[in-house]
Amino acid sequence: MELRIDSGIVADARRLSREIAAPVSTFIAAHSTVAVERSVLRLLGVDGVCADDAPVPNRVLERLGPGRLSGGAARPIGALVAETGRTPDDVASALAEGTLDASLADGVPEAAARGALERYVRAAIARIDGRREERERILQRLPQGRSPLLYVIVASGNIYEDRTAAVAAAEAGAQIIAVIRSTGQSLLDYVPFGATTEGFGGTYATQENFRIMREALDAVSERLGRYVMLTNYASGLCMPEIATMAALERLDMLLNDSMYGILFRDINMKRTFVDQHFSRMLNARAGIIINTGEDNYLTTADAVDQAPAVLASQFINEAFAHAAGMDDAKIGLGDAYEIDPALEDGFLLAIAQARLARQCFPNAPLKYMPPTKHMTGDVFKGHLIDAMFNLTSVMTDQTIHLCGMMTEAIHTPFLGDRVLSLDNATYVMNTARHFGDEIEFKRDGIVERRANAVLHDARALLERVREMGLMTAIERKTFADVKRSPDGGRGFEGVFERAPSYWNPFADALEPQTAGAA
Amino acid sequence: MSTFVKPYGDTRDDGKVQLSFTLPVEWSEAADEAARQLVAKMGFSEVAVAEGRRIATGFSFFVVYASTPAAVDLDGIAAPQTKTQTMSMDEIDAFVRENVGRKIRIAGACIGTDAHTVGIDAILNMKGYKGDYGLERYKEFETFNLGSQVSVEDLARFVKDERIDAVLASQVVTQKGSDVTNFTALAEILEAEGIRENVLLIAGGPRVTNLLATELGYDAGFGRGTLPSDVATFVAQRMADRVLA
Repeated sequence: MELRIDSGIVADARRLSREIAAPVSTFIAAHSTVAVERSVLRLLGVDGVCADDAPVPNRVLERLGPGRLSGGAARPIGALVAETGRTPDDVASALAEGTLDASLADGVPEAAARGALERYVRAAIARIDGRREERERILQRLPQGRSPLLYVIVASGNIYEDRTAAVAAAEAGAQIIAVIRSTGQSLLDYVPFGATTEGFGGTYATQENFRIMREALDAVSERLGRYVMLTNYASGLCMPEIATMAALERLDMLLNDSMYGILFRDINMKRTFVDQHFSRMLNARAGIIINTGEDNYLTTADAVDQAPAVLASQFINEAFAHAAGMDDAKIGLGDAYEIDPALEDGFLLAIAQARLARQCFPNAPLKYMPPTKHMTGDVFKGHLIDAMFNLTSVMTDQTIHLCGMMTEAIHTPFLGDRVLSLDNATYVMNTARHFGDEIEFKRDGIVERRANAVLHDARALLERVREMGLMTAIERKTFADVKRSPDGGRGFEGVFERAPSYWNPFADALEPQTAGAA
Repeated sequence: MSTFVKPYGDTRDDGKVQLSFTLPVEWSEAADEAARQLVAKMGFSEVAVAEGRRIATGFSFFVVYASTPAAVDLDGIAAPQTKTQTMSMDEIDAFVRENVGRKIRIAGACIGTDAHTVGIDAILNMKGYKGDYGLERYKEFETFNLGSQVSVEDLARFVKDERIDAVLASQVVTQKGSDVTNFTALAEILEAEGIRENVLLIAGGPRVTNLLATELGYDAGFGRGTLPSDVATFVAQRMADRVLA
């Protein structure tokens, strides 16, 4: 079932988005952030917490001070490694504890500092590559099954309870497990450490929690004979650090959006743009699929009105992901089934939007989000709305399908809720598996007219954004009716201009050839 | 006079209810029987396990129909304490336009050393909480989220300089009574600055209750499960009362 849409408009939208991203890429290339530098440290093997629970990477940045940091964290660490003959992790701990003085790094020649880190940089890249290849090998042996891939969330706050819930969900048919983070983690400017058993509406993303969940899912994958993917959130102030940890622990997907934090979490836009770029370069290398957050436009405003904004955001997210070297096959652009159930023909509008995205991004693993906004305490009606969502997903050929919960409006899902949800999706998708192949859209019918109108309006929106520049557009409330200033919001103090001597060995290794070109 | 009511299946007073639940046991005939006995122990009669099946290793799911002998006397029910009826965002915006006549200026912060902005962000951030928009989204509120670890002195200064109407002070951490200490310090400094009467002072946090907050001299306290619209309704109505007074 192909929509007749104007491919010229699609090409325009893609070109406009590249033009929107280009000046931002120039900005990105001239800046770094504390989160990027902490990621560099983590990639070099720096980990752990100080006596007062402050993560070592955070404390090291304080010790280095802004002057040294403007040249990148790698150079002084490399200098100290060269000077002391100890590992980066060792010198970082000594710096953090105050037993080593950062000024010792200052006199060391550039070449010695760089040379001292060479093998650690190579080892880090090799570890990321190793994790990616490991996933590829497992997927050969244990294919994950057909799409739409059924994705469910666990969110108890306790990683061990989450593990039980995740294994049960996998047995009930889940192909992807996401561990929801504790509310507010996106606003922490550090990553918590170790296994955690308390959270607010979710479980903290820590490297140890990642490892615990990956291990459990690997075991259940072997038992079920199909690979179960693991997802977490590379959003907020620690986007690149989460991407680093995910690469090291073989997570398979990460929620990662180029604008979500700016619009919906009031995170500074410069911080977000720089952080998302480094995150996505890591994701590209690690073979991690990103999931973008366009569903948020729909949950905070009217879904029918916001349709062009969703499509425009998908194009912009694609442009930024391409600039970071990501392949289409790893760019999981988002959308959601959030149209008011009371609206006549709302189902048709949802099909138009979902199918339009599929045709605009034919190779993208589209991420389809379930109804949340119009779910109520009436679980029976909720289950039915979820069924219509499931039908839309299978007939329009979505790839990543976040299963809706009939108890969405009531509580974080019970174990039994998740199973009922998976049963619903499995039933609908099986019974209607090839429905989409069997039908054709009426020429100029409701669905086609809607899809073309949305496409047309999305291009117009992108034209406006291109003219203003993305940062100005965001400042002028172009997206989600939210106004954010370039120097406002959280985390701005963590953005800095790269000194001429700036060195980031991982950016050098991961930067695609075409990105950052003015 | 008494009017007793029971659940209605298809006949008055048949007491029919449906239940569904998960048991942490492998499914078997015995598991079905366990479910039946469990529901019988709840006091139900005519228990019928309509569905019982394995849903995962060590977990079974049941759908059960049963009759309850219980009934309630409608005439014996006292009207519950009238909690403010929460309005929707659009209703609140319209209410403020009509009854306050200007935008309400709201400042929120995690005070003292508390860095847990979970609660204040759930209430203030555009995205809101559980599908309920945050106060930033309201057209008739001018909202300032000062973030975490805001000293009570800084907050008081901000309230004075920015002519704030409503202050939302949040405390998640409660170790060693730090929440009460901080809440009290804020109330005292506003009093000392002579601006306490000009503002609505609201406490929030998972352990906060309205009772605790009013004891500390606050206008209200909002605890676990509070939605942004609950707070918005309270602020709008109190502001309207002030305009009338």
